[in-house]
Amino acid sequence: MSHEWPLWEVFVRSKGGLAHRHVGSVHAPDAELALRHARDTYTRRQEGVSLWVVPSAEIVASDPEQAGELFEPAADKIYRHPTFYDIPDEVKHI
Amino acid sequence: MAPSLPPIRPEDEAVAAKLRPHGAFDPTGVEPHLAARFDYLLRLGDDSLILGQRLSEWTGHGPVLEVDLSLANLSLDLIGQATHLLEEAGAAEGQGRDGDALAFHRDVLDFRNCLLVEQPNGDFARTIARHLLFSSWQHMLFERLTHSSDQFLREFAAKAVKEVAYHRELSAEWTIRLGDGTEESAKRMADGLDWNWRFVPELFEVDETIAALAERGVAVDPHSFEEEYRSAIAAVLADAQLALPADQRAILGGRRGHHSEHLGHLLAPMQYLPRTYPQAVW
Repeated sequence: MSHEWPLWEVFVRSKGGLAHRHVGSVHAPDAELALRHARDTYTRRQEGVSLWVVPSAEIVASDPEQAGELFEPAADKIYRHPTFYDIPDEVKHI
Repeated sequence: MAPSLPPIRPEDEAVAAKLRPHGAFDPTGVEPHLAARFDYLLRLGDDSLILGQRLSEWTGHGPVLEVDLSLANLSLDLIGQATHLLEEAGAAEGQGRDGDALAFHRDVLDFRNCLLVEQPNGDFARTIARHLLFSSWQHMLFERLTHSSDQFLREFAAKAVKEVAYHRELSAEWTIRLGDGTEESAKRMADGLDWNWRFVPELFEVDETIAALAERGVAVDPHSFEEEYRSAIAAVLADAQLALPADQRAILGGRRGHHSEHLGHLLAPMQYLPRTYPQAVW
């Protein structure tokens, strides 16, 4: 039966103020039950205060084949990190 | 031989007067009330224990993994409730029995759960039907018990009512999906409701225990929410495109220990280990 049910990606906010984090996926016939299944599968041990479910088919993903052109150019641009710069001692708050 | 009772001292008289202000032969007014409270705690605790045990039979057999987990969660909530209720029942009884003793060392005739919760799971639809009928009732009861004059019941209900609200919503959602699903799921859901329907009147039975405790504000008179219950079930079934089952001859007796043949088969695997190895610990 679960093969006929769409897959949903589950995101849990562990406590107020933190971002929702991807924790896994569930099968469910619709959005309402996807939330219930997510609750029963991923928040049984007080892991969260809020849940999102998103149809897996709606997620647009980057192509792993393109990882080289997408991500490698950032590897040698260390000046994009704030730690690259020396901060003058007189600057107290930055 | 002459009786060898010690003489009665004035301080003994004072103690006796305090315990029995109306004299030795008058009813104390306290004991029947305590016995009723013990009985009531047993009923609530046994309802949760037996349904929790029943639902646990689904573990590893659910139609899909997610539903398997859902049913196990319901089961664990119920067994948690039973632990609190039976511990308190043991304390109320005052004979040295704790929650485990009451759960594992009583025989069928001593259980006080309603007949609905001991019914076999059947297929998934029948399990959902039983859970809809029971958790809707339990939710309405616990909502009202949060105003009980009994501190334990008040605090217990405040915690458990949230769990049961979830049980009620989940079983309503599944009832609607099965009833308003395929031809086969609708038929199974209708059959499941039909099977369990005859055990509903027992939930609204008022006997001496309930009457005595309701008068003191400890228990809830279930008649106070019978109408609300009927219309809530009717509303879920309307959403599910299902007809309300026809009324059948009501089956009563669980509260007095007259159980169906199914309860013994449930208790045997549940009680086997602690009875065979009384010293066993985790």
